[in-house]
Amino acid sequence: MNTADHRALPKPFQYVLLVLISALACGLGYAVLSLPDQAIELKGLVEANLEASGVRNPVTAVLLNFRAYDTLLEMAVLLLALIGVWSLGATPMRRGADPGPVLSALVHGLVPMMILVAGYLLWAGAHAPGGAFQAGAVLAASGVLLLLTGKRLTARLTGRPLRIALLAGLGAFITIGVIVMPAGGMFLQYPPSHADGLILFIEATATLSIGAILTALFLGGRTVSGGER
Amino acid sequence: METITLLERVFDGLLMLTLLWLAWRALQSPDLFKAVVLFIAFGLTMALVWVRLQAPDIALAEAAIGAGLTGALLLKALAQSNELADRVSDDHTTDTGDTHEHR
Repeated sequence: MNTADHRALPKPFQYVLLVLISALACGLGYAVLSLPDQAIELKGLVEANLEASGVRNPVTAVLLNFRAYDTLLEMAVLLLALIGVWSLGATPMRRGADPGPVLSALVHGLVPMMILVAGYLLWAGAHAPGGAFQAGAVLAASGVLLLLTGKRLTARLTGRPLRIALLAGLGAFITIGVIVMPAGGMFLQYPPSHADGLILFIEATATLSIGAILTALFLGGRTVSGGER
Repeated sequence: METITLLERVFDGLLMLTLLWLAWRALQSPDLFKAVVLFIAFGLTMALVWVRLQAPDIALAEAAIGAGLTGALLLKALAQSNELADRVSDDHTTDTGDTHEHR
């Protein structure tokens, strides 16, 4: 990684770029400053309908109920990213270096705590800051720690069980979205009486999937079924 | 009360300057490893900014995903690309004097 390839642009071109980027920055600044104070009274709208959403945290209400379709697509994007990485090839079989006793002991202590924290964040998402993405990220961080200390899934788990874990979130989301259609009339329109349970279920499976997907992204290659993760 | 708002203003100002400085350093650092570390620091500062903007949900996501996992992913990608570069340069040194193009 030498410095030369980062500074390869000829001087005049750099000035042109500078002018263009400055113009872009000015345009963006103008656009932000000329925004109307509040285009639509979204905050009041969310607060007025919070009762019906099944959760008490307005952010979760928006993410998992009012704009659930966006969250569904986010899950799909994560999965697509993983498919993209997997299409590049299988994961190298090489194991990491031996972690040593101190790191091993630390990880043994940390990972159960992190799983507990992920569970708490998932549960807290209904009434306080938290939710599936945060919980999934913490879960994935514990997965990354395990990978860094040389732990791998056993061959039995890398095939179908892992793939089910990767797909569970999106699968549950779409399934529930379709199941509620006869009752609500529209995709993902939960009946208010069951919204809390449905949201919790979607978030729980989403947490598992997000954790698995992000960990698999860190591993960075397709796991061979029956092989080593 | 007055002094508290003044302190908050100063803190916010410092936070903003730190954020911009970290972003600039991360972008212009020729050493990629340093850039990644600066990016992680940027993510953590960004999480603090979200807290100051009273968006704790985003702050949590930023700290966990923006700083933690993206940082880990970038470090891993960097290690792999370095490994790849080493392998390519090894091939070149063993191939010296050889006329055909490297693949």
